[in-house]
Amino acid sequence: MEPLDQDLEESELELPTEPMLLNVGPAHPAMHGTVRIVMELSGEIIERCDVQVGYLHRGFEKMCERGTWSQVFPYVDRCNYVSPMLNNVAFALACEKMLGITVPERCQWYRMILGELARMSDHLTCDGAMAMELGAFTPFLWMIKGREMIWEVMEEETGARLTHSFGRVGGMAAPPTEGFKEHVRAVVKHILGIVDEVERLLLGNRIFLDRLENVGVISADDAISLGWTGPCLRATGVPYDVRKAHPYLKYGEVDFDVPVGSASDSFDRFMVRLAEIRQSARIIEQSLERMADKGPVNVDDPRIILPPKEEVYNTIEGTIQHFKIVMEGLKLPAGEVYSYTEGGNGELGFYLVSDGSGTPHRVRIRPPCFLITAGLERVITGQMMADVVPSFGSLNMIGGECDR
Amino acid sequence: MSKALIELVKKNFPDAVLETHSQLGDDTIVLAPGRWKEVCRFLKDHQQSGMDMLTDLTAVDFPDRDPRFEIVAHLYSLTRGHRLRLKARVGDRDGDSVEIDTLTELWASANWLERECFDMFGVKFLGHPDLRRILTYPEFEGHPLRKDYPADRIQPLVQYRDVPNIDKVAPFGVDEGMSFGRQTHKRGVEDDDSRMN
Repeated sequence: MEPLDQDLEESELELPTEPMLLNVGPAHPAMHGTVRIVMELSGEIIERCDVQVGYLHRGFEKMCERGTWSQVFPYVDRCNYVSPMLNNVAFALACEKMLGITVPERCQWYRMILGELARMSDHLTCDGAMAMELGAFTPFLWMIKGREMIWEVMEEETGARLTHSFGRVGGMAAPPTEGFKEHVRAVVKHILGIVDEVERLLLGNRIFLDRLENVGVISADDAISLGWTGPCLRATGVPYDVRKAHPYLKYGEVDFDVPVGSASDSFDRFMVRLAEIRQSARIIEQSLERMADKGPVNVDDPRIILPPKEEVYNTIEGTIQHFKIVMEGLKLPAGEVYSYTEGGNGELGFYLVSDGSGTPHRVRIRPPCFLITAGLERVITGQMMADVVPSFGSLNMIGGECDR
Repeated sequence: MSKALIELVKKNFPDAVLETHSQLGDDTIVLAPGRWKEVCRFLKDHQQSGMDMLTDLTAVDFPDRDPRFEIVAHLYSLTRGHRLRLKARVGDRDGDSVEIDTLTELWASANWLERECFDMFGVKFLGHPDLRRILTYPEFEGHPLRKDYPADRIQPLVQYRDVPNIDKVAPFGVDEGMSFGRQTHKRGVEDDDSRMN
């Protein structure tokens, strides 16, 4: 039998070659629920794309202008629902910078330990989800198990697993519980074990490596110009970490390294996060050593800190003080401040404008995710359609923070 | 730390600097809006400042002031590790003619930051390549972070976008999004369609 396309000249064929428009998201599972990408495909190659965010916009910055400064804490919690404690502490630090106060040493260590635990949970979630999206379900389950342990610590300390609202201007809502140190030590040890196991499981896996290596590459210059910070910037080889560059709390006194990548691909972003979990463990270990078991957690200033409940119910001074702080809100001096900390995804900044009353005039959250997502277009243009998932996953877009 | 930067800008642009202050360690320069881009370009390229990152760009609404809006940009230099806050005051009391030059040619991060600022405050960035709304949708009325936008304002229902050659109906039939499916939120106005009789 002779072949059917015997005398077929391919050049004479008029095959349709118009680009295909493909819409992914916002309800696509790989888009983490809140991002829509409209792509123009030529075959499997993305020629052009438009990244659209805003599906999770809830008007936080507007709502912050309606209450008191303390009422902002639940909002910042919900901005980053993977590492809410870092946001809590960041906002508290911004208010304290404006008031010109420093919390007691014990509270600083406490904030650092809780913050690093939150960073661990952020990185575990991101790396676990990345592995899952590439079909490796076991590491995801292990890492989520580790995150669950962190959340148990958080639950014991704050009473809430996820949205703690635990930070306060001038301190924390409660001092550390009795078994805090042992609990944290046990959890950190377990998580380091999980990280080792995950490494053994994934780094010898040909499929996993092939899908990540040299995919989603961005140059360091581009990343800087796009305003990237955090693990995504460090994966390009720029060692910028707010904790090292501009130490706050007690980060200047602990010993830790800033892991950087070299190839600035998705794999480097994955590895930088894994390495940062280990560094967080180092920070936690040193902080636990140095945190005092006794001592005040809150600043001793009746204008800022609520009085203990016995005083509120039994003395008129306590009642008045409580009433003033709750009803009028604590008063930040008129002016403006930009305070920046290292969040789970990079520089988390708060630009506060106060008019001297108890209500914020403007609370601007500088979201690291927003600018990282802005770079997604540059990362995936020219790539294969299938590479969108690991590239996007490695950026760790948090919808709440990106869209606010 | 970066007080030297203020001096540097003052020396090179004596007429562009309106005022400066260093509150709480944040060095701030208020610029004439017309010189915004020029000074930013200088700060990016000059060796002593080397501002390679635009960390943040936003606006603040002061309804009692004239000019009403403050555009606030935070610059950071990775190589030198210093920061600077730039401000420009634009717009009249009615919130019109809020215009300033775009910084997209200098830093790529300005693209989305300016789009957000346009969306939330209605600041028009002249020369921006793609000034669309970003956090809200194209049919959104008003600019939500302005002080005269009430926080409980309800936006009108969005009509179907007029898309030519679309031969599909909406997933739940042609009635999807019609008034009996959603509240109208207009007090005192009875919506006939919403009554099932």
